[in-house]
Amino acid sequence: MKRRNLMKLPLAAAALSLTIGAGFAQDAEKVVIGVSIPSATHGFMGGLNWHAQDTIKRLGETYPNLEFVLATAPDVGKQVSDIEDMLATRNIDGLVVLPFESEPLTDPVKQVKAAGKFVTVVDRGLSEEGIEDLYVAGDNAAFGRVAGEYFRDNLKAGGKIVVLRGIPTTLDNERVEAFQAALEGSDKQILDMQYANWNRDDAFNVMQDYLAKYPEIDAVWAADDDMAVGVLEAIAQAGREDQMVVVGGAGMKDIIKRIMDKDPQLPVNVTYPPALISSAIEMTALNFVSNAPMTGRYIISSQLITPENAESFYFPDSPF
Amino acid sequence: MKRIDLHVWGPLIALIGLFILGALLNPAFLAPANLSNVLARSAFIGLIAIGMTFVITQGGLDLSVGSMAAFLAGITIMAMNALVPIVGESWGTILLGMGVALLGGIAAGYVNGALITKARIEAFIVTLGTMGIFRSLVTWLADGGTLSLDSGLRSIYRPVYFGGLGWLTWPIIVFAIAAVLGEWTMRHTRFGRHVEAIGSNDRVARYSAVDVERVRLATYVLLGVLVGVATILYVPRLGSASGSTGVLWELEAIAAVIIGGTALKGGRGRVWGTVVGVLILSMIDNILNLTDLVSPYLNGAIQGVIIVLAVVLQREKRTAE
Repeated sequence: MKRRNLMKLPLAAAALSLTIGAGFAQDAEKVVIGVSIPSATHGFMGGLNWHAQDTIKRLGETYPNLEFVLATAPDVGKQVSDIEDMLATRNIDGLVVLPFESEPLTDPVKQVKAAGKFVTVVDRGLSEEGIEDLYVAGDNAAFGRVAGEYFRDNLKAGGKIVVLRGIPTTLDNERVEAFQAALEGSDKQILDMQYANWNRDDAFNVMQDYLAKYPEIDAVWAADDDMAVGVLEAIAQAGREDQMVVVGGAGMKDIIKRIMDKDPQLPVNVTYPPALISSAIEMTALNFVSNAPMTGRYIISSQLITPENAESFYFPDSPF
Repeated sequence: MKRIDLHVWGPLIALIGLFILGALLNPAFLAPANLSNVLARSAFIGLIAIGMTFVITQGGLDLSVGSMAAFLAGITIMAMNALVPIVGESWGTILLGMGVALLGGIAAGYVNGALITKARIEAFIVTLGTMGIFRSLVTWLADGGTLSLDSGLRSIYRPVYFGGLGWLTWPIIVFAIAAVLGEWTMRHTRFGRHVEAIGSNDRVARYSAVDVERVRLATYVLLGVLVGVATILYVPRLGSASGSTGVLWELEAIAAVIIGGTALKGGRGRVWGTVVGVLILSMIDNILNLTDLVSPYLNGAIQGVIIVLAVVLQREKRTAE
């Protein structure tokens, strides 16, 4: 409903500029928005890339005066070059950036801001405050807390949990700390935590070793659905499907499907939507085509996906 | 005589040491299920490392194998999924899929080898290039996501990784056969001797009427075939391939070859040493997961120390020789 109204804005603006003339001519001028994101190296980023392209296509059709420059980077160095190129040669008016790492990207993004552009930072904050106009992110602490609270409230007394962590980063630390905090004081026990790098094969290996090491496991927090896939396969190999539940995260479509079908092994999931890039791009676009104020911080909460609400998180077309 | 023995047996002693350490730290280490897991996991890197031994021995290098495995897994899955409506969910489809993996491996290895021997570009540069190409291709084919095998086919194909003769699962058996054949080829065939001759001194080999370019090309094709075999065993495990499949496998394979006593500059190849190297690497991983000796932050450091130690040990023995 909201979008429909906004769609009329450029039309109204165009009509106005026709009648009133030069004063409003700027509204119809091309606005270039640069989007810089990491390339699709794993499932979550693949989903994020898909949503970014999808949003750009849709916005480009809705607002013909908006032009998007999308750059995907496999590493920090390339991302810095991308942003410098956008500023120097593509003459961008706004930038949406999901920084690979906070520190190295802070200065290049600061340069963009110094050139008077609208800057939106997504998911990973810069190391200096007050650079960006708009900050859009998922809630990593809530991501860990929601999973922890689920285990606290639903596992049997004395339940034993093993944890697979991602890649050693602040993001991973925030999640795990919140997870531990949620379980603190409860009678549930965390047996072990190892890194599996958000990778299916690594998760398979780590889970095989957990199964060899612990004769009794009641729950696995895989913290990511790519890792959950590897975990499930290792459990199936050991024939211990009935003994433990697996909670992943980020809502991969195959996993959501199994939650919808009430798979006892996968009771719930926690959202960390890759579509948060869509929120960021849309809000940045709105800044240029509407009068709605678009500055500030926008934190997308992490929700618990249950068999009851799973359907609204199911995107069969997304590659993730 | 005694000293030479020590030098040759260095990696094996390290492996036995690790084995004893693992058994002492956690009795679960010795459980047949755990040992079977470790061996089966080693099979992918192991098969690739056996091929890599030949490439490195002739003085070459191949950085593209991890990406190549991901790419082959991707096209194998796509081919099988496409064949389901025609051939049906049967072993026929799977055998055709295996054919795709092997032919793909031969083709990919031939491209690497031809660019190196016929176009005369440095092996490092060629395979660095193809590494990026294969990796991007699989990401592109998967649309940035994951390619998944048809679930019906999956359940037929699954025993190829998980089944076998008791604890000896198929990956372990295939790895063992490849190791024996590899060692035999290196030691007892003309091809093996040519590979070593070229690695020691390619000019002398050329003067001795060895067809240097052809032998070099053959080592890359052999490596491609083994990457194909590794893919055939890899796909049934998780039934999927993505841009994150096989990341850094090339470095693990090269590390295993060097730990096993093959010289990085070429000329001296030891396939059984490579097998020991692969086992050392996967056993370290396993032991670190089974014990709480060090913070998981330090896992990489422990691996690094053991890799360097294994090679240092050999070098010392070598000077003693």
